[in-house]
Amino acid sequence: MIEGLLIGLGAAFSIQNLLMVIAGCLIGTFIGMLPGLGPMSIIAIMIPVAITIGDPSAAIILLAGVYYGAIFGGSTSSILLNAPGVAGTVASSFDGYPMARKGQAGKALTIAAIASFAGGSIGALLLMIFAPMLSTVALLFHSAEYFALMVVGLSAIAAFAGTGNVAKAVLMTLLGLVMATVGEGALFNMPRFTMGLMDLQSGFSFITLAMAMFALPEALFLVLNPARSAQGNGGKIDNLRITREEGRKIAPVIGRQSIQGFFIGVLPGAGATIASFLGYAVERNIASKEEQEEFGKGAIKGLAAPETANNAACTGSFVPLLTLGIPGSGTTAILLGALIALNVTPGPRLMIDEPQIFWAVIISMYIGNLVLLILNLPLIPYIAKVLAIPRNYLIPFILFFTLMGSYIGQNNATELLILVGMGICATVLKFADYPLAPLLIGFILGGMLEDNFSRSMQLYDGIGFIFERPMTLGLLVIAVLLVVVPSYRARRAKARQEGVAEGD
Amino acid sequence: MTFDMGRRALMAAAAAFALTGPVAAEPVVDSIHFLIPGGAGGGWDGTARGTGEALTGAGLVGTASYENMSGGGGGKAIGYLIENADSQHGTLMVNSTPIVIRSLTGVFPHNFRDLTLVSGTIGDYAAIVVGKDSPLNSMDDLLAAFDADPSGTAIGGGSVPGGMDHLVAAMVMEAAGKDALAVKYIPYDAGGKAMAALLSGEIAALSTGFSEAVALAEAGEVKILGVTADERVAAYDAPTMQEQGIDTTFVNWRGFFAAPGLPEDKLVMYQEAITKMYDTPEWEAVRTRNGWVNIHNSGDDFQTFLEGQEQVIGDLMKKLGFL
Repeated sequence: MIEGLLIGLGAAFSIQNLLMVIAGCLIGTFIGMLPGLGPMSIIAIMIPVAITIGDPSAAIILLAGVYYGAIFGGSTSSILLNAPGVAGTVASSFDGYPMARKGQAGKALTIAAIASFAGGSIGALLLMIFAPMLSTVALLFHSAEYFALMVVGLSAIAAFAGTGNVAKAVLMTLLGLVMATVGEGALFNMPRFTMGLMDLQSGFSFITLAMAMFALPEALFLVLNPARSAQGNGGKIDNLRITREEGRKIAPVIGRQSIQGFFIGVLPGAGATIASFLGYAVERNIASKEEQEEFGKGAIKGLAAPETANNAACTGSFVPLLTLGIPGSGTTAILLGALIALNVTPGPRLMIDEPQIFWAVIISMYIGNLVLLILNLPLIPYIAKVLAIPRNYLIPFILFFTLMGSYIGQNNATELLILVGMGICATVLKFADYPLAPLLIGFILGGMLEDNFSRSMQLYDGIGFIFERPMTLGLLVIAVLLVVVPSYRARRAKARQEGVAEGD
Repeated sequence: MTFDMGRRALMAAAAAFALTGPVAAEPVVDSIHFLIPGGAGGGWDGTARGTGEALTGAGLVGTASYENMSGGGGGKAIGYLIENADSQHGTLMVNSTPIVIRSLTGVFPHNFRDLTLVSGTIGDYAAIVVGKDSPLNSMDDLLAAFDADPSGTAIGGGSVPGGMDHLVAAMVMEAAGKDALAVKYIPYDAGGKAMAALLSGEIAALSTGFSEAVALAEAGEVKILGVTADERVAAYDAPTMQEQGIDTTFVNWRGFFAAPGLPEDKLVMYQEAITKMYDTPEWEAVRTRNGWVNIHNSGDDFQTFLEGQEQVIGDLMKKLGFL
């Protein structure tokens, strides 16, 4: 391993490859900031460029840099505009956007940068040590376990049920799950619930839904409710720095989530999204009661957790890609395509046959994370200034990028109609105080939940898999605990308070 | 700041989406507009852009432009081409085997007869593979395992039930004299996840495209039990179904269609440009890079080929209860 490391160091520190990392991170960050442009489309755009480079190490380093950059840039639009462009950064907006509204945009971006850096670097370290071993662990997960894992992911909605109305959160989750069934599922060859509309045949697109649930209602709210935007402090960026106390608060979160996120990322198909939701749910559950109240209203822990987890998971997703040749997500699938086009075949033999590529990629992950941190910390005050743009310019800007984001990629004008229609429904729901995040969580997880459930049903000829596979049962028990324990604690605390009131 | 971001995105997009090569002397066709029924980055997208790159690079076509029109799993673009036939004489639409399957199930209201058939250009055979540590080493082993425990010998694939990978698995089992309906087919939504399921032992075998199977076999991950080609393919030495006594062949083709009522002289021009393309080094470069197999069917041959495929697939789908 030491020998491989040295080869990797030599390769990664060549001038050409260093330039590639820097270029990749820059391009990824800037394009990733645009709402609606996720890492998948950016990497797809960059592939022709990477292929012309010819040298496989340099090409994959460039693309990996773009990947991290895009994830990092994506958090910026989640935090500042409440417009997540990637499913993996949806959870970052839960607390990041409230922070930005409170005038702590600079601090939110700083926490995001540091959490991303830590998650990515610790992830890379874990990748280096565990990659060969982990490839076999990932294969212990069958469809049944994936189904259970999705259920655990869904329990993240408990975090929203706790702050508001449980029934409303559950209702919105169910709505999200129902919306996920629209279109041709992976398991049926007939379209469902499309009402005969061809444009619904592939289902709702994630980007359109995310924009309609988060960005559009937010922009409309700013128009309809000027008083609320006046609460923002006119874009003045104070508290860029994190206090020592805050640092102490988020350090254990970052530590836990780097590890948890990485291991979730290793599982093909789970990836950054689940890692970020789970990270959020877990950290909320183990936080103290006063801190729990803060979640969803701009808690620094609530931002640090998903930001760390999604970056660690991105790194983790390279384990199945590099050691098994299995892409765990849409983005790594595109990367795999690029590798094959460059005559590199990822798989168990990659480490033996072409160690320079394997190790150069890992080393450049560190460099990439470092570059991102160095690049972004000084830029934060300028990036955060986006919020200082007067409302009458900012809102059209958000609307423009929201519409563009949902049009690009699909090139389908009907998406725009769906976006506007849903956006209006979402705004009404928001006025009625229904939480929109559970809907999006239900939608994102719903498809995978259903696929894995019906696969398991088919494989085991019924529901027996829940009892036949201990790991499935274990995960389901965890999911139940994640939902029941917090609400039980909340109820008991409430009962105790009332008891005290009566005693008075 | 914000303007800068916009411009960067546009520049990157322009670089990627306007791949037009240098114009050589005497192009056969001045320009072709490629209509892609799916989003950027998919198989159709790669085929159209790769073909356009080779055609313009070799100077057979002056300029190429591309339009992605997703929706309806490809049905929207077909409808568009038919509705606007008169103004679309300069357009070629890329498509593949699913146009046959989806027309049969009625997901598409139209079928290939409603379009002008230009030519089938490339293809990929199908293959049945098992994990490298699997005790199965030939189709006979797989059939024996199936006979012993039909429900425990699940075959996975990357398509929906009734989709291509399922049909291939059913076709092979049928040709081997087994009951295609008894085959437990487990669908996965992407090839990678099906592969993970194979390695984890969730499924016994995987029905997949041959080029994908070759990449995995070269990486030492799978054994190819059988290929649906007429004879062994040069790219990788794996036994065919036929030499193992299973009389079946299957090609997942990709090719180009034009609007209905396309003038004959235009059609001949397009076909000529594509025929000449096969001999150019530009095409060879694109083809090798993507691992495609040349399977050229022009005009009437294309029609005969498609009708044959429609017949075979239609019969099988009826038997499986999808029609």
